[in-house]
Amino acid sequence: MHKLFIRSFVSSLVFLFTLTVAAVAKDVKAAFVYIGPTGDHGWTYQHDVGRKAVEAAGFKTTYVEGVPESADAERVLRQLANSGHDVIFTTSFGYMNPTNKVAKEFPNVKFEHATGYKREHPNVATYAARFYEGRAILGTIAGSMTKSNVIGYVASFPIPEVIRGINSFTLAAQKVNPNIKTKIVWAFTWYDPGKEAEAAKALIDQGADIIAQHTDSTAIVQIAEKAGVYAFGQASDMDKFAPKAVLTSVENNWGPYYVERVKAVANGTWNQKDTWHGIGDGMVVISDLDSAIPSNVRSKVKKLQADLASGKVHAFTGPIYDQKGNLMVAEGKTADDGMLAGMMTYVKGVEGDIPK
Amino acid sequence: MIIDVNFVGLIIASIMASAVPLILASCGELITERSGVLNLGVEGMMIIGAISGFALMTVTGSLIIAVFGAMLAGVLISTIFAFLTQTLITNHVATGLALTIFGIGISAMIGKNFVGIPGKEFPVIFEGLKDTIPLLSPILFGHSIVFYFAFVLPFITSYFLKKTKIGLIVRAVGDSPESASNQGINVKLVRYACILYGGAMCGLAGAYLSMIYTPQWIENMTGGRGWIALALVVFSTWNPIKILIGAMIFGGLTIIQFHMQAIGVRIPVQFLTALPYIVTIIVLVVISRDSRKIRLSTPSSLGKSFYKDN
Repeated sequence: MHKLFIRSFVSSLVFLFTLTVAAVAKDVKAAFVYIGPTGDHGWTYQHDVGRKAVEAAGFKTTYVEGVPESADAERVLRQLANSGHDVIFTTSFGYMNPTNKVAKEFPNVKFEHATGYKREHPNVATYAARFYEGRAILGTIAGSMTKSNVIGYVASFPIPEVIRGINSFTLAAQKVNPNIKTKIVWAFTWYDPGKEAEAAKALIDQGADIIAQHTDSTAIVQIAEKAGVYAFGQASDMDKFAPKAVLTSVENNWGPYYVERVKAVANGTWNQKDTWHGIGDGMVVISDLDSAIPSNVRSKVKKLQADLASGKVHAFTGPIYDQKGNLMVAEGKTADDGMLAGMMTYVKGVEGDIPK
Repeated sequence: MIIDVNFVGLIIASIMASAVPLILASCGELITERSGVLNLGVEGMMIIGAISGFALMTVTGSLIIAVFGAMLAGVLISTIFAFLTQTLITNHVATGLALTIFGIGISAMIGKNFVGIPGKEFPVIFEGLKDTIPLLSPILFGHSIVFYFAFVLPFITSYFLKKTKIGLIVRAVGDSPESASNQGINVKLVRYACILYGGAMCGLAGAYLSMIYTPQWIENMTGGRGWIALALVVFSTWNPIKILIGAMIFGGLTIIQFHMQAIGVRIPVQFLTALPYIVTIIVLVVISRDSRKIRLSTPSSLGKSFYKDN
């Protein structure tokens, strides 16, 4: 029923676009396809902030929200490509195959797929952010500031992106405090404030005095505020939701990349590439550090941030062992991007098993 | 892990807090269904309550206006349902589903301007008594007024249906609208009132989520709780006290499965996540398996339109 509603809504929307586009002169137009609503204040919201930056740079944009990662995605893409859009950003992993399929049919339209790895046609580029660099910063803060040595972590789904984040966080925390334990709770949702709140409460009741999250809503930081423990914001700066609890947030900053790519289309300099930017390129932004963070931790964080940005330090530097004690990355080596992209094992120090 | 009594008290308190929206919405829907009307729009009415409460809180700054405004919004949206099903005699199931879709859509539209705004703190009562009695203190003290109301409501609802004249009229209308009508009862009026009351309670349940439980607005934040509330009404065989039990089991298992994960119990997480749904249904079916009682408590005209030609 809901799907049907979306479908008819989407098709009427696309029909409207077709009508308006026919009347407009040939400027570069960018389209964005979103998995969720722009009102999620998380993943999609941040992409939409990026879209607004493109708009502010003087380009026309359109977006379609709540597009399922199914045959619907193909239809939406085809219609957007048909209706005069020059570049289409598909902002969820599940759009990987539809993007490549439709790209083949429209060689003159550029496609930009977020978080994927397939570039089957010359008009498909991929991009993602090295959020794990941000999580290394959070791990450093958490390891330095925990008193109970128990850190809670609310996770969403067992995919490499999330596992990589947990590992990066834990490795960084261990570096400053070898006694810490990371307790993981899987909420099996990207956003359901009620469920996320319950998961956070359970972790706090079990002694966690710092809560990290890889789900999107602000419920967790609010629970932390009430319980008097610390937390970190996700995707956007969540400080105003929990001024005392939030130590800092890792922000997704897509705007500069989007503007750069749309400009490239306008100049005719667009080329196929795979972009994986981190703190150094400004795609991952660390919000202001809370005043509760003591100055020695603050300087440690600033140094790590600078070193990650310059590439002097890699978040996954050996020796790294998995939970069973097998060597994952040898001493002095760093994990390559292939390993990071497919990471599905916990490092030593993380408690529990990855749900299969 | 050391199990101390206060820890147990804290867990029970969080279970109760998560059960509040289910109890409120279920008790409201129970009255609606007892009058013979099946309103599948619970999720839609809850989400309307959630955005209305949050929006009014942000705009007016008054929590009282926000709470009553959310209830009023629930009443208003259920008036549409009442008008369609009672006056225009449309199908209850189809209209209810439409109400849910409508509610989700319109709440998202209104909510656009309220995303990313932190909510206000809702006052709690008896907070000073929080450390007085071990185990019981965290359960009994330091909650919002809506929390206490939710745990009294099933008993009031039960008393209302069993012991009051109006309760009897509601049940009569639900069991046999024809006979009730012949007795001079205005069936349409009673059903209108019951639908509107259900809307008010669902609105309050939504406001609890967006104003007290997790004070914020994001789209779809009710996350299917309306459907669980609907299921609770059926599996409780229209008994408010069993709704209380069902809501506590559901909330309990949701929270305990997170605790089991955090302790590191090696049970597949997917199974743990499904557990609340499975166990709640099994328990309610088992405690309600007396078929004679089910026949007696099921409103016989549930979901059927009543049409009086004169």
